[in-house]
Amino acid sequence: MRAKVAATVGGAAATVSRLAGRGDGSVIGGIIGLRLAPDLLSLLAAGRQVVLVTGTNGKTTTTKLITAALAPLGGEIASNIYGANMEAGLTSALSRSPDARVAVLETDEKYIPAMVKQTRPKVVVLLNLSRDQMDRAAEIWLLARRWREALGNAPDCRVVANADDPLVAWAASSARQVTWVAAGQRWREDSWCCPNCGAHLQRDGDDWSCRECGGRRPPVSWMLYDNEVTDPTGRSTPLDLALPGRANRSNAVIALAVAEAFGVHITQALRELRRVSSVVGRYTQVSRRGCDVRLLLAKNPAGWLEALDVLAPPPAPVLLSVNAQGPDGRDTSWLWDVDFRRLRGRTVLVGGERRLDLAVRLEADEVAFRLVNDIDEAVDAARAVSPNLEVLANYTAFQQYRVALGRVH
Amino acid sequence: MNPFRSGLRPENLSGHHQKEKDSPRSLRLVWVYPDLLSTYGDRGNVLVLERRARLRGLPVEIVEVNSDQPVPRDGDIYLTGGGEDLPQTLAARRLLADGGLHEAVGRGAVLFAVCAGYQMLGAEFGGADDAQVQGLGLLDISSGRGERRAVGEVVADVDPGLNVGRLTGFENHQGVTRLGPGARPLARTTLGTGNGDGTEGAYAGRVLGTYLHGPALVRNPGLADLLLYWAAGPLPPLPPQAEELAGRLRAERLAAVVTD
Repeated sequence: MRAKVAATVGGAAATVSRLAGRGDGSVIGGIIGLRLAPDLLSLLAAGRQVVLVTGTNGKTTTTKLITAALAPLGGEIASNIYGANMEAGLTSALSRSPDARVAVLETDEKYIPAMVKQTRPKVVVLLNLSRDQMDRAAEIWLLARRWREALGNAPDCRVVANADDPLVAWAASSARQVTWVAAGQRWREDSWCCPNCGAHLQRDGDDWSCRECGGRRPPVSWMLYDNEVTDPTGRSTPLDLALPGRANRSNAVIALAVAEAFGVHITQALRELRRVSSVVGRYTQVSRRGCDVRLLLAKNPAGWLEALDVLAPPPAPVLLSVNAQGPDGRDTSWLWDVDFRRLRGRTVLVGGERRLDLAVRLEADEVAFRLVNDIDEAVDAARAVSPNLEVLANYTAFQQYRVALGRVH
Repeated sequence: MNPFRSGLRPENLSGHHQKEKDSPRSLRLVWVYPDLLSTYGDRGNVLVLERRARLRGLPVEIVEVNSDQPVPRDGDIYLTGGGEDLPQTLAARRLLADGGLHEAVGRGAVLFAVCAGYQMLGAEFGGADDAQVQGLGLLDISSGRGERRAVGEVVADVDPGLNVGRLTGFENHQGVTRLGPGARPLARTTLGTGNGDGTEGAYAGRVLGTYLHGPALVRNPGLADLLLYWAAGPLPPLPPQAEELAGRLRAERLAAVVTD
């Protein structure tokens, strides 16, 4: 009853917030509900099958993919697709869908220990762990240690984890039940050393092992190779996703492993995954003044590395855009961890509030570029070269372009 | 003739390099333990030094030394970057055991250290779980853990004796550092925390450390040139267009924090 009242009041606040145009209402409702009943999240999660999805990159997309893959179960699925991924956002997502038996919840990396305790999840998904907005995020070795402790204390929970990321594998290996997925690891700058003992790791392709403490990549039951997924029976199937890029194929294989834990067959799950073509404006193509503009979002070096892989080949011009507002991290140092040399010879446009930081970075990598003030200046410059423009932006820069292009969905 | 030949110290040339009698010896930049100490854009310092040397016609060789490899003794400029508590402790332990960095500094090589790498140079520093850890003893400083984390922009006026412009950068640390009589403060803070007592960074001889984290040299090309000068002698000015963007960025950042 208490949960119901708190959830109802929270829901009303969310509606007011949406009507007032102050946001999508996914946080304010949760905040008010939690004020009225601090244990609201536990109450709302009780009796449901909860999946928590965390990692530095791919949380939102993977949450969407898992939700899609579980559709064959029938019935409503609670989810926080708009990225409100701390306690209030999770609370709000559950209170909005009181009848959903299943919940797929994107969860901020730092909140995993508390959220595991409160929602008693059926499955926790660990995608990857790399440097991210270090002026406000926790250090990643410390995060991995906290995940490890939390999962060691949650014996009923199954963990689906990327075995190719040593930090993630170390964190997951404390859990009683783990489904190991060879989901790949493009960015390696944060895992040259053993998370257990600190020795320099031996690496051979995706395999890794530690000479000092004997830690090694666990044997996997799901594998991604190019466009093919190999399931635990050893059968290979082409993924053929609508979403672009290696990172999304990796997210999709994780989603298939989660679907299996719910008893959804890979054929059924895959059919749903292939229908997902955009995730809250990401990967969407829109037309602007006769130019096809595609928006890509990446927030940190690992994300930029994967996103640069996804760019359409030349001559398509590329607009790179970086801000350093609170949600982006106020520190632009991470730009120096991204290797931009592969953009040499392309038409590169540079925008965003911190375009000078980006410009100096590109200059050091000998990438020629032109500074632009807004999306239309970029579109005009692009049209002279090609009918399409690829846009890669970090969080608030992406949102600004989305608004400028008319709330792309 | 290349103007830098005179600035190089022939006594440091290894046998390998002495063979190349007709071309100037490359400036050797040694990036120490990027596998442990490279948290946030530390590569930027290597890239800035490389670019500013090359633009002046000075060939550069970059050596990245992982923590399972010996530190070469014959480098010209050594760099150590930032890191979390555990990697910092591991790096200090291995560098003490290896001895290569000590030998290089002992014969006058330049050492530029950032954040965790800076703390590590001192007598001791605060490690994981509040334990004090033995440092390298290469700079007369001593560090511990402060009350709260210092995160944000830093502006600091550099020791006039170094002839380097105002420092601008970003700090993100929880360290407090005291300087002993054998080290001088690099700068006095006008914004930010630095060492915690109104000073920022420290230097002695050709060893210089700062709490500005990550790519500290990007916004402080004067500091980059000081390190190059220490290693290679007098430097010709760069063509103005090569400096333009870095100058604009520097001015923009300084103006942004003054009006904040």
